[in-house]
Amino acid sequence: MTAYAIRRVLWLIPVLWAVATITFFLMHAVPGGPFTQDKPLPEAIVVALNRRYNLDEPLWKQYLLYLWNLLHGDLGLSFRGDRDVAMLIRDGFFVTAQLGILAFLTASVFGLALGVLSALNQNGPLDYLGVFVATIGAALPNFILATFLIVIFAVNLGWFQILGWGGPEKVGEILDPSAWDVKKLVLPVVSLSFLPTAYIARVTRASMLEVLRQDYIRTAHAKGLAEQVIIIRHAIKNAMIPVLTLMGPIAAALVTGSFIVENIYSIPGVGRAFVEAVLRRDYAMIMGTTLFYAAIVAVANLVVDLLYAVVDPRVRYH
Amino acid sequence: MQDAELVERAELEGLLTVTRERGLWADAYYRLTRNRLAMAGLVILIVVAGLAAAAANIHAVQRYDPYMDQLYDHIQEAPSWSHFFGTDNLGRDNWARVLAGVSISLQIGIGTQIVVLFIGLMVGTIAALGGRFTDNVMMRLTDITYAFPDLLFIILMRSVLVGRDWPVIDNPKLQIILAIAFVNWTIIARLVRGQMLSLAERDFVLAAKALGASPWRVVVQHMLPNSLGPVIVAVTFGIPIAIFAEAALGFIGFGLPPPTASLGRLVSDGYAYVQVNFWVAVFPAAAVAILMLCFTFVGDGLRDALDPRTR
Repeated sequence: MTAYAIRRVLWLIPVLWAVATITFFLMHAVPGGPFTQDKPLPEAIVVALNRRYNLDEPLWKQYLLYLWNLLHGDLGLSFRGDRDVAMLIRDGFFVTAQLGILAFLTASVFGLALGVLSALNQNGPLDYLGVFVATIGAALPNFILATFLIVIFAVNLGWFQILGWGGPEKVGEILDPSAWDVKKLVLPVVSLSFLPTAYIARVTRASMLEVLRQDYIRTAHAKGLAEQVIIIRHAIKNAMIPVLTLMGPIAAALVTGSFIVENIYSIPGVGRAFVEAVLRRDYAMIMGTTLFYAAIVAVANLVVDLLYAVVDPRVRYH
Repeated sequence: MQDAELVERAELEGLLTVTRERGLWADAYYRLTRNRLAMAGLVILIVVAGLAAAAANIHAVQRYDPYMDQLYDHIQEAPSWSHFFGTDNLGRDNWARVLAGVSISLQIGIGTQIVVLFIGLMVGTIAALGGRFTDNVMMRLTDITYAFPDLLFIILMRSVLVGRDWPVIDNPKLQIILAIAFVNWTIIARLVRGQMLSLAERDFVLAAKALGASPWRVVVQHMLPNSLGPVIVAVTFGIPIAIFAEAALGFIGFGLPPPTASLGRLVSDGYAYVQVNFWVAVFPAAAVAILMLCFTFVGDGLRDALDPRTR
């Protein structure tokens, strides 16, 4: 188990290195430089700017320099406002993380409830509702669902607002109730949680159905245990194991979703920062955000694999 | 006549089960036609694709040019008989623009899967049959693409390709197709590799080898056709993924250059005026939804029809 864990953690290094390398060269292959504008800057300024950000060196030297700085935890400076990329990402991630966590909690609660209820009412109306939601949620992109949510709940009914983020944007404000605006929170969180809800509901339903047919459930019935006890203590607990493996895809879905959702609702998170960075060819910022996201997805996959080995002893022997 | 009646009677009474022989593909086809949801999806897709194709060629269907007809005294109108889907902020007809967008989405969805199928089949076969080293390289490569958030990579690829006047790939649609395909080929490649590795152990492959068939013949004649079922399913599911990727790109501004009426851009343009006239955003969004749902239903149907384990 320990050897397995160590091997998996070490494997993160080449993966992140590969992501960094691919991103670095792709990004430099994007036509135009960061200082290309409609109205060209004077030559002397461009030369000075290139020197400031080491852009006057040959590409391979820039690459090695970037890796060297990265090893020392230095993500470089954003061309926009000369700010530290690590700080920009930290600020953005504070917002993105709130969005992600809220969406994840929403998805867990609704997904599990929907999955369990569907399984307990197999082929009943609740089951059809659950399967319907799971199908729609899995098949439709979040910006399409967001369109309908916005048109119905923000434009026509006027229940919610759609511009900006309804949570605190600075770490110190998190306990300050005036920093939270539920009217602005609901739609982004719901839009982002659709896909994970669908995933969780689908897998929970399938795994509940499987568990309910097991012998130990019959034994529990035979012992005369109450229905609720059997479902909560015996069935749901075991049905949760396959749901754990979903954490990887869910992390990926939340990451991908955050780009779109942050752009729809003008939320100042990392996803929006990435899109703006690509539009401006803000090299250090593109590198920083890409690595950050890749690390999140890779770590999520790692945690899932390790958790799986802990929860299900059979995995360890492979 | 008498015999046939007797057999039918025996069958009805459960004395005799008659199985008519059907081949794998005929059986899959039969099962697919029984699947109502998949058939409904297929019919809707054919109708929508037909409409989009007709709109591009017949003026009576399209009625207005999606780009040129800017009616400045008819801006931001709600749906009516003269404009089925209303008009946008420049007085362009949304019906014509959505149909143009559907056609682009279909081209990109299917085009991407053609590229993906080509690369995936090739790399997957090579990985499975090319020995341990190629297999390792291949699997590490797919590991890395797993860690790379798809949309991020597509956005980067798209930015690299945009505006290039390189021969062949100077077509913006092809650039989008390539950018999306670069991320998605690993799905097919992994699948083909797995199929090939398990097929290589099967008796009929051994039999073909024993009969002296060349390795090329074994792969092309015996293994590829037998691995096609899951590949067809994956390709069908890949189409809505590609349609989504293109729409998402268009939505955040990395899609086809304006004024091209891609569905993602139409939705995003509609957002700018969602408080004034929400119809502009609703119709292209519904079009993306219908395309993606129908392809998913057809994919589900194909999976159930082609997977022998569900029988």
